[in-house]
Amino acid sequence: MSATALRTPKLRPDKPRARRSPLLTVLTAIVLLYSLVPLAWLLINATKSQNALFDSFGLWFSGDFALFSNIADTLTYSGGIFVRWLLNTILYVVVGAGGATLLAVLGGYGLAKFRFPGKKAVFATVIGAVAVPGTALAVPTFLMFSKMGITNTPWSVIIPSLISPFGLYLMWTFAAEAIPTELMEAARVDGASEARTFGQISLPLLGPGIVTVLLFTMVATWNNYFLPLIMLKDPDWYPLTLGLNAWNAQATTAGGQAIFNLVITGALLTILPLIAAFLLLQRYWQSGLAAGSVKE
Amino acid sequence: MTLSTLWRSAAVVGALALGLTACSGGSDSGGDSSDSADGGSLTVWAWDNTVEPIAEQYMAENPDVTIDVVNAGTGNDQYTALQNAVAAGSGVPDIAQIEYYALPQFALGGALADLSDLGASDLDGTFSPGPWNAVQSGGGIYGLPADSGPMALFYNTTVFEKYGIEIPTTWDEYVAAAQALHAADPNVYITNDTGDAGFTTSMIWQAGGQPYTVDDTDVTVDFSDDGSQKFADLWQQLIDDDLLAPISSWSDEWYQGLGNGTIATLTIGAWMPGNLESGVAQASGQWRVAPMPQWEAGDSATAENGGSGLSVTEASANKELAYDFLHYATVGDGVATRIEMGGFPATTADLQSDEFLNKEFDYFGGQKINEVLSQSAADVVEGWQYLPYQVYANSIFNDTVGQAYVSGTTLSEGLADWQQKTIDYGNEQGFTVD
Amino acid sequence: MVTSSFRDLWIPAVLLTPFGGLWQRDAAPDVDVNICPEGVAHVTQTVPSALADPAVAASTRPGPRRRGVARRWTGWGFVGPFMIVFALVFLAPIAYSIYLSLFRQQLVGGNAFVGLENYSRALSDPQLWSAAGRVSLFLVVQVPIMLGIALLVALAIDSGRLYGSGFFRISIFLPYAVPAVVATLMWGFMYGTRFGLIGNINDAFGISLPNPLSPDLVLASIGNIVTWEFVGYNMLIFYSALRVIPHSLYEAAEIDGAGQWRIISAIKLPAIRGALVIATIFSIIGSFQLFNEPSILQSLAPNAITTSFTPNLYAYSLGFSGQQYNYSATVAIIMGLLTMVIAYVVQLRGMRKEA
Repeated sequence: MSATALRTPKLRPDKPRARRSPLLTVLTAIVLLYSLVPLAWLLINATKSQNALFDSFGLWFSGDFALFSNIADTLTYSGGIFVRWLLNTILYVVVGAGGATLLAVLGGYGLAKFRFPGKKAVFATVIGAVAVPGTALAVPTFLMFSKMGITNTPWSVIIPSLISPFGLYLMWTFAAEAIPTELMEAARVDGASEARTFGQISLPLLGPGIVTVLLFTMVATWNNYFLPLIMLKDPDWYPLTLGLNAWNAQATTAGGQAIFNLVITGALLTILPLIAAFLLLQRYWQSGLAAGSVKE
Repeated sequence: MTLSTLWRSAAVVGALALGLTACSGGSDSGGDSSDSADGGSLTVWAWDNTVEPIAEQYMAENPDVTIDVVNAGTGNDQYTALQNAVAAGSGVPDIAQIEYYALPQFALGGALADLSDLGASDLDGTFSPGPWNAVQSGGGIYGLPADSGPMALFYNTTVFEKYGIEIPTTWDEYVAAAQALHAADPNVYITNDTGDAGFTTSMIWQAGGQPYTVDDTDVTVDFSDDGSQKFADLWQQLIDDDLLAPISSWSDEWYQGLGNGTIATLTIGAWMPGNLESGVAQASGQWRVAPMPQWEAGDSATAENGGSGLSVTEASANKELAYDFLHYATVGDGVATRIEMGGFPATTADLQSDEFLNKEFDYFGGQKINEVLSQSAADVVEGWQYLPYQVYANSIFNDTVGQAYVSGTTLSEGLADWQQKTIDYGNEQGFTVD
Repeated sequence: MVTSSFRDLWIPAVLLTPFGGLWQRDAAPDVDVNICPEGVAHVTQTVPSALADPAVAASTRPGPRRRGVARRWTGWGFVGPFMIVFALVFLAPIAYSIYLSLFRQQLVGGNAFVGLENYSRALSDPQLWSAAGRVSLFLVVQVPIMLGIALLVALAIDSGRLYGSGFFRISIFLPYAVPAVVATLMWGFMYGTRFGLIGNINDAFGISLPNPLSPDLVLASIGNIVTWEFVGYNMLIFYSALRVIPHSLYEAAEIDGAGQWRIISAIKLPAIRGALVIATIFSIIGSFQLFNEPSILQSLAPNAITTSFTPNLYAYSLGFSGQQYNYSATVAIIMGLLTMVIAYVVQLRGMRKEA
């Protein structure tokens, strides 16, 4: 086992001898359909105007092809608030998921490669804390943040996003595996500081693990809903999930305008960036997922 | 210290973040309230889309005042936010939009300022009686009515014409029409209902019921009175015969049903025209408005359904300025703007003006619908009270009364269950309820 | 070995809990496959279980003399930032919740210390326990179906017998990218019996499917949404675990004349047991914290989804509509403890079978 093998894990290639089975393919295709039909529904209905949405078959195109006008409406409705929400979401993802990854990498490395007083207590507290349902913590957290004066600001969304217990665990096991202690000792003998040892020796070895944690925290932050719901009052700071729900709720009030076509188009636009990221990064990501555990 | 650490982490993550913070921070000043140099600034929480233009108008006339209108959520979402802000003692807006049914709860909780001394006590007679009573609680005035919802019967005239059925004027006729419509076409229903606390209490209100009586913290809840039972018996027939479309109001299916004739009537507040025009545009020309069906032929009793007022919060540092804007928005020039945008006013002067009454609505086939709606505002039954914790009570409506729509329980049993749970909660919260 | 791997797995299992569930994605997301090699180690007995304690790697090697007092605290320099934020967003609110659970605040009459009264009330609260029963039913039915489908698809893709397996892999995984809010809005539209997809199917085939949002079916409909969201995610976890099984094991088995089914039951399943246990534990936590889906569907099915439909929904409506913050905190703490106990028992059983 070597560090190089860990950094670029080779997945076992499909067995060339295996015969392809149409039957198995068809059976699996049922699950495939199940997964894709709702997405197809979303795509198809994003091409319909509000009226066509109401009086046409859900799984086929109907009326004028309104996708582009829907997209234009979505992006410009209410002074372009959707774009604002998109930028907010990107801000929360970049700072929140980026920060979460950074903290997890540092913490995981510290747990894996150092002995220090209270290490057991770190395990114990993190373990116990995460089993309590988030709904219950929402009000106390809100009251605390309110006293700190950061409710209704991006900080109230970003700070809680900075903690990813899963990321900490993943980096912890990954760092234990990927960084040979001998390398660290050698650097120390050469007189390198701990920070330098981390930056120059350890960090490069953690690449695949970092990508994995980053992707998971990105998904978590992109989809974050409940906490912003409690923390944010001002739609100018909403992330996309909250904004879409607000649009959906808009139909439920006196004087409100029903904009289901924009809700659907907005939902499509919300998931496209994530799907694109998955497709582009899937190779990287899957290698990162398996990397911590590859032993060849 | 934590924050600066975070900033550094943020900086490590990428300059992109900083760029975004800068660009998103620039376009808006956030939710700061008061403490501006001259005139002052106000934060208003309102989901009603007429508040923003009225605020802009006000600012144009008063250049030294800044008003930030924030949509902090519709109805319950905003109440939750307001309660949290009040509990936390920070982030409370100067003015909040609050529906009439929720107002006593906030007034009692001390969240709202009594406007009597700020000038509101001079406004007797300015507003129609329903909303004006609704903003008063325990001798104080805790808001000014912004709109009102006197009820009327909205109906799709093409459906009634197609099957040759008369528009019902009494509730007995209503049931007969429901049966006739559904028999003529099983896809057509007289109305939709899956259990709605606001509708149910309004119906009981019209029937003369008075299930809630409130005297400070002494409260009675009693759904066994005549009014409540009249409603329960009537509606039970519709439920038993499957004459109500099982579609929840405000869902996309509801809008579809209103547009394609599945839902033939709505008995609802006078604010509904705007929703029909924007949400059900395809049915333009098909809908009409008639007076609310009566319990006794020849009567003219109605009730309020929905509607909301604007209130000044106790936490506001600038109550006088806040009241000045409130007055402008609900009594002054703001009213014209609201009417223009399709809102239904609560001010008697506007309700009785010729211009208002004679307006013809293309969507309603040229009908002067305000004649009907305005009359309804004058006919609202007096004496109705909401609970000082009506928001909670309404939140458990579907747990109790709602079960009658989906199971073997009857409406009367559901109402009794609702009554019991409402009483229990009140006593737990320190009220004296029986 | 059994004790040791049990302990190792227990820690990660809970560590992986996604942030109390709701604040981030709430069902069963953050599963890790690092445990897989544990399974492999058990099967093959060829690989030393280096992951048994990640700290061992460092701790078993004697450090140089320089490891003095200063070095002892270096680890905190790395773990410190995480723990500071963690204390702020987890520990402080939990401590505050425990504090709140000992009081009772009334709309009239103010705040009073009530000791454990809230707890005794919760233990005899029929609404809470019927909600807990409902999510238990959900757990017993939905989780096996979801994980079963995920496992079968993972095995099918791993078998190398599918046409276009790469397409299957990514497509089935895609729903995970859809936020729970969007997924629920989407399914909510489709569930409509009049104008939704169900309505379309009824019209097209002249049949009358039951209303998915009726009280009898709404739990199943929620289960369907959750399954849709997470089947691909769990599939990928299992698939990744399968990919790291040493190829030589299959060859040996084939030489011994073992068929595909035999290879699956004797090699593949035991090898990914760790991943299976982790995925199960996550699904348990996800089920017990069920909130987003029922909460958003509530506006479409107000009578079927009551305010105490799931324990989390109950805690939410107590706290927000009812302003019973104290009792709400109590309910949440009890559910947290219950979740831990059940996850622990599953952990114990899952690992014992292996022995």
